[in-house]
Amino acid sequence: MTNAGTMSNNPQLNKNGQLQHLLTTEGLPAPILLHILDTAESFVGVTERDVKKVPLLRGKSIFNLFFEPSTRTRTTFEIAAKRLSADVVNLNIAASSQSKGETLLDTVDNLSAMHADMFVVRHSQSGAAHLIARHMRPEIHIINAGDGRHAHPTQALLDVFTIRRYKSDFRNLRVAIVGDILHSRVARSQIHALTTLGVPEVRVIAPKTLLPTKVERLGVHVYHDMTQGLKDVDVLMMLRLQNERMLSARLPSTEEYFKYYGLTQEKLALAKRDAIVLHPGPMNRGVEIDSAVADGKQSVILPQVTFGIAVRMAVMSILAGS
Amino acid sequence: MKIIIGNGRVIDPENRIDRIMDVFIAEGKIVALGAPPHGFQADREINAKDLVVCPGLVDLSARLREPGLEYKATLESEMAAAVAGGVTSLACSPDTDPVLDEPGLVEMLKHRARNLNQAHVYPIGALTRGLKGEWLTEMAELRDAGCVAFGHSDMPLPNTRVMMQAMQYASTFGFSVWLRPQDVNLADGGVAHDGEVATRLGLPAIPVCSETVALSNIILMARETGAKVHLCRISSAEGVAMVGAARRQGLPITCDVAVNHTHLSEMDIGFFDSNCHLVPPLRGLGDRDALRSGLLHGTIDAICSDHAPVDEDAKLLPFAEAEAGATGLELLLPLTLKWAGEMKVPLIAALGKITSEPARILGVDAGHLSSGAPADLCIFDPDQYWIVEAGVLKSQGKNTPFLGMELKGRVKYTLVAGNIVHEG
Repeated sequence: MTNAGTMSNNPQLNKNGQLQHLLTTEGLPAPILLHILDTAESFVGVTERDVKKVPLLRGKSIFNLFFEPSTRTRTTFEIAAKRLSADVVNLNIAASSQSKGETLLDTVDNLSAMHADMFVVRHSQSGAAHLIARHMRPEIHIINAGDGRHAHPTQALLDVFTIRRYKSDFRNLRVAIVGDILHSRVARSQIHALTTLGVPEVRVIAPKTLLPTKVERLGVHVYHDMTQGLKDVDVLMMLRLQNERMLSARLPSTEEYFKYYGLTQEKLALAKRDAIVLHPGPMNRGVEIDSAVADGKQSVILPQVTFGIAVRMAVMSILAGS
Repeated sequence: MKIIIGNGRVIDPENRIDRIMDVFIAEGKIVALGAPPHGFQADREINAKDLVVCPGLVDLSARLREPGLEYKATLESEMAAAVAGGVTSLACSPDTDPVLDEPGLVEMLKHRARNLNQAHVYPIGALTRGLKGEWLTEMAELRDAGCVAFGHSDMPLPNTRVMMQAMQYASTFGFSVWLRPQDVNLADGGVAHDGEVATRLGLPAIPVCSETVALSNIILMARETGAKVHLCRISSAEGVAMVGAARRQGLPITCDVAVNHTHLSEMDIGFFDSNCHLVPPLRGLGDRDALRSGLLHGTIDAICSDHAPVDEDAKLLPFAEAEAGATGLELLLPLTLKWAGEMKVPLIAALGKITSEPARILGVDAGHLSSGAPADLCIFDPDQYWIVEAGVLKSQGKNTPFLGMELKGRVKYTLVAGNIVHEG
């Protein structure tokens, strides 16, 4: 038996095919992705104005539910919501009810009784956002701000937004994603967003211990060698390497990792002359990326952060309007 | 009580019988098939026209959750589920709380089960104390208390020396050792098959080699020690091939598969369906197909329900945190029939996988309809469709990947020792 019904039934879209929740970039049609990017474009102007506020979400309540600590992502969601004039409540649940034995859905039920319109959820477990979305009343929207190793769709959207700003057409790009693909929700969401938008060649570059089984089935080309993998690449998307990977016997040392997979000026020179470098942050300088590259002229790492707010405003406003 | 089961299609895989005839029961035993014994006066007649009359099902893997885990299920609820599913004999796993590692606990379980007067319960004793993988249990004492074999449930047994000695000791007495092949280190932290779906969903994965590496150890040690080994719930194509090769060498190895795994694959996880969080994990489509044909060709001897009732809240969690397991006793028959229908397996051969074959593995007098045999029978309507819903399941566990699906084959009567213990 293959339960094709559940697979095709996209839990992110409502009956009219509009975005109901943003849980993953997988399975979202290209027009929806482009609509988010176009909407974000209109918000970039807002974020550059003196008065950085529009009244689109006035009277709406957005709850930032962070079951896993994060300052940066939570802050950008908070700023995005406030610029749309929404009321924002930040909850760091790791420190409160979960430790008292309350289940994830209990917590969410209690909060939805406080008339939330939208939940921004980060959780250490893959599938947490799907679980909440399935459980919620349909008028409540869920934005996945990162679930385990599964997805981080707003990060991927801000990445493709950034790429579009510097490179005109997705359909003639060669993109390389470098680093710990296995544990990375960012990489998974990037791959789906890039392939959906028509990028003809997405590469992943990593040692075998940091690649998931059958990753090529996601539509990527696999490289283990930076020299080959970076050749003629237009966009380099670096991933953060977490220290616990050493402890789990996936890598011998950060030094060896940097030598073979860290991005230096020399390695960057293998890519196209006008290649851009992205990183989702926070960076480990000298582990996956050299400071000279991170702060160099091909780096678009700081613009990514700025665009992140516009992209999250776009997602929130589109969900509120569906 | 004397009972006539009239006009049913009697299928007895053990005795290769498949024809329409009457069955006569008296004093808890089958007294005749076909013609009535002289002067037989029935107290009750069951009209089995258009129904199949077969031996009561024998299930090699059911967790009854007693003692200790009654919030998940009780002996009462699960024994009612067993007979509602036509199961009249079941082997229960030692991973209760406390673990079935002392004769007193086994006697108590047998006693409790006997008082319920429903299915026969055959406890599998713990192979090591507390299932901790360190010290052997008093296997001979446990056998005297009622254990029919010794196993390790899903608990790790990483020390190969302990495993080897457990096999040696068990084989001293001729006891069989039941093991589910899984290398604890390779499986550590995993919740789904290491394949396309776990990659896509970002779920920690369990590679096939966690099964095959363990299997290789078990097969080599079985050869070395001469122990009778039963492999529980094999999950992969490579595993099936290894078992086949070991059997061709004449090793005394038997093997079962969980009924869910004969139908489902990793694809059924869909968007994190925690009902598909099972142990072992649902593997790839190729693995599922190898399990289906391994059964057909006899490399896999039997199908078990892998009944593991889980309380509902424990499934309402993110996939990896949700408790593994599914209710199965009431689905064993219809899902076996579904496999048989899809693989064009004759009914008699399919029923053998859930009656005579598992009875042979357990080494108990069950799973056949010979004259003089205990009157443990299952009478079912092979053509009746029903929808798997929480309300129709007797088990306290309502979680199954088949929830909401329509299945064919419904148990109408179950008899244990000549008593009608279920009427559907």
